[in-house]
Amino acid sequence: MTLQTPSYRPAAGEEAAPSSATPHKIGGLRALAQRHLSKLVVAPSFAAILLFVYGFIVWTVYISFTNSRMLPSYELVGADAFAKLWRIERWYVAIENLLIFGGLFIGISLIVGILLAVLLDQRIRGEGALRTIYLYPMALSFIVTGTAWKWILNPGIGIQQFVRDLGFPGFTFDWIVQQDTAVYTLVIAAVWQSSGFVMALFLAALRGVDQEIIKAAYLDGASLPRIYWGIVLPSIRPVFMSAFVILAHLAVKSYDLVVALTGGGPGYASDLPATFMYEMTFRRNQIAIGSASALMMLATVVAIIVPYLYSELKGGKRV
Amino acid sequence: MSSLTSALPPAQGTGARIARWGLYLILLLFAAYYLLPLLLMITTSFKSPEEIRTGSLLSLPRDFSLDAWTYAWNRACIGADCRGMAPYFLNSLVIVGPAVVISTFFGALNGYALTKWRFRGANVVFGMILFGSFLPSQVILLPMAQTLGFLGLAGSAGGLILVHVVYGLAFTTLFFRNYYVSIPDDLVKAATIDGAGFFQIFTRIMLPLSLPILVVTIIWQFTQIWNDFLFGASFAAGGAQPVTVALNNLVNTTTGVKQYNVDMAAAMIAGLPTLVVYVLAGKYFIRGLTAGSVKG
Repeated sequence: MTLQTPSYRPAAGEEAAPSSATPHKIGGLRALAQRHLSKLVVAPSFAAILLFVYGFIVWTVYISFTNSRMLPSYELVGADAFAKLWRIERWYVAIENLLIFGGLFIGISLIVGILLAVLLDQRIRGEGALRTIYLYPMALSFIVTGTAWKWILNPGIGIQQFVRDLGFPGFTFDWIVQQDTAVYTLVIAAVWQSSGFVMALFLAALRGVDQEIIKAAYLDGASLPRIYWGIVLPSIRPVFMSAFVILAHLAVKSYDLVVALTGGGPGYASDLPATFMYEMTFRRNQIAIGSASALMMLATVVAIIVPYLYSELKGGKRV
Repeated sequence: MSSLTSALPPAQGTGARIARWGLYLILLLFAAYYLLPLLLMITTSFKSPEEIRTGSLLSLPRDFSLDAWTYAWNRACIGADCRGMAPYFLNSLVIVGPAVVISTFFGALNGYALTKWRFRGANVVFGMILFGSFLPSQVILLPMAQTLGFLGLAGSAGGLILVHVVYGLAFTTLFFRNYYVSIPDDLVKAATIDGAGFFQIFTRIMLPLSLPILVVTIIWQFTQIWNDFLFGASFAAGGAQPVTVALNNLVNTTTGVKQYNVDMAAAMIAGLPTLVVYVLAGKYFIRGLTAGSVKG
C-alpha cells in the first residue's frame, strides 16, 4: 500500500492545526467571500443530510407514535406501537437472535481476524495473495455469496450429503433447517464475510508498531507469542475499539445476510431486527410497529457509535 | 511496510522449520475456507444439471458448459419476466454510474471546504454528515418511500440514484476530508497569496493531487451501490430493479425444477463486476474499508 501523494493517514492533530488561521491572515473582503463560499459549497450536502437523515429520523419517530397500519396516518396515539412491539413474541426472537448472533459474530471475527493478522505478519511468502483471498468476501454482496452458502448448508445437497457420500452415513449438519440452530448459520457466513476485514485493520496497525520495542523485548529473551500478547496487542488497543464498533453496528444492520441465507426461517426462528422491521412495515401493514422497531435499532447504533465518533473527532482531529 | 518481526533474526533449527510449515498450513486452510463458496459457484455454474445431481459437491466440471451462463443471462425467468439477468444488470449500471459520479463530486467539494476553508462549526457539520455512514437504513425506509412517491420518483432508477447519492455522501465526504487534511495548508496559502480563488485552488491544486483518493472513493461507491439490496428491494419496482434484487428473486423462485447451475451462473453475473474491480484494484478497496476506522 504505497502511494506517492502525501501520507494518507495524518498522525494526530499537529499537521492539521495551521489551516483555520490561513484565511484570517489574508483578511479583507475577498477572504470573507471565500470563507462564505466554503459554507455555500457544503450547504447542499448538509441540507440533504439534515433532511434525509435527521428529518427522516424525526418523521419515523412521529410515525411510531401514530396508529399507522397499511398507510402512514398522522394522528398521534401515544406510545401504543412501542407497547405493542414489546408484546410481540417475534420481536423477542429477533432481539435474542441479535444478541446471540452479534456476540458470536463480533467475538469470532475478532479472534479469526487477529490470528490471521499476526500469522500473516511473520514474513509470509505470498502475503499479498493471501490477503486478497481473505478479504474478497467484503467486495461481494451477500445476496451473491449467500447463493453458495445456502447450498453448502443445505443438508440435502451440501456439506452433510458430501460427508455422507464419503462414507459417513450418520453425519448430520442440518443447522439451517432447525429452529434452534438456524441463527448459527448466520454466524458462520457473517464471520466468513467480515473476518478478513478485521485482519486488514489489525495488520495495518501491526505494521505501525515501533520495531525497536520488539527488538528490545526479543533481546531481553521474550518469546514471540509473549511479545505479541504482552506488548504488541496492548499497544494497538484503539484498533480493538474501532473493530468492535464497526462489527457491532454491522451486526445490528445485518439484513442481506438473513434474506439470502434463511429468509428469517424456519418460520421466524432466525429473524433479526432488520428483517422484523421490513416484515412489519412492508408485508404485514404494521407501519407504526415497524417504525418503532427501526427506532430501537437506531438507538442501539447510536449508543455504540456516538461515544466512538465523539472521541475520534475530539481526540484525533483538532479543529 | 515491513513485517513487525523483520527486525528479529530468522529462527533456526528443526523446530523452527516445523513451526514454519505449520504456519503456512494454517494460512492455506483459511484460504481454502474463504475460497470455497466462490469456487463452488464457479465450478457449479459450468456443470450440467445431470452432473450436479450425480457428481460431488467439490468436483470440477467434467463437461465444461456455458449453457447455464447464457440461460441465466437472457432466458431465466425472474418472476414472470423471462428475459434473464441482462436487463437488471443494465439497470444496475444505469443506477451506479450517475450515483457514483455525483456522490464522489460532492464528497470531494465537501472534503476540500471542510479542511482548507474551515468555518465555525465545520467539525460539527462533519460529525453530523459522518453519522450518516452508520445510520441503520431501516429508520429512513418509510419516509424515503413516501418522499420518492411525492417526487414522482417511486420505483424508478432516478429515485434509486437520489437515494444512493444522499446516503453515499457520508462516505465520500469522510474519504476526501481525511485525505485533504494531510495535504499541507501552505499550498493553499501560497495559492491564495498568488490570487487564486476557492474553485481555482480546488481544480488546479487539490484535484491533481487527489487521484489516489478519487480511485478509493469511486471503487468504494461502485462496490457499495452495486451490491446494495435493501434500497433496491424497497424502492425499485418490477422492471427497474437492480441486479441483486433480480438475483434474489431468481434464486428464491420455488416454481419448477431447481436449476442450481443457473442460480450459480446468475450469482456470478451479479458478482463479477465488483469481483473484477476488487481483483484489479484491491488495495484501493482495502483503503476505503479501513479509512473510516483507523484513527486519524
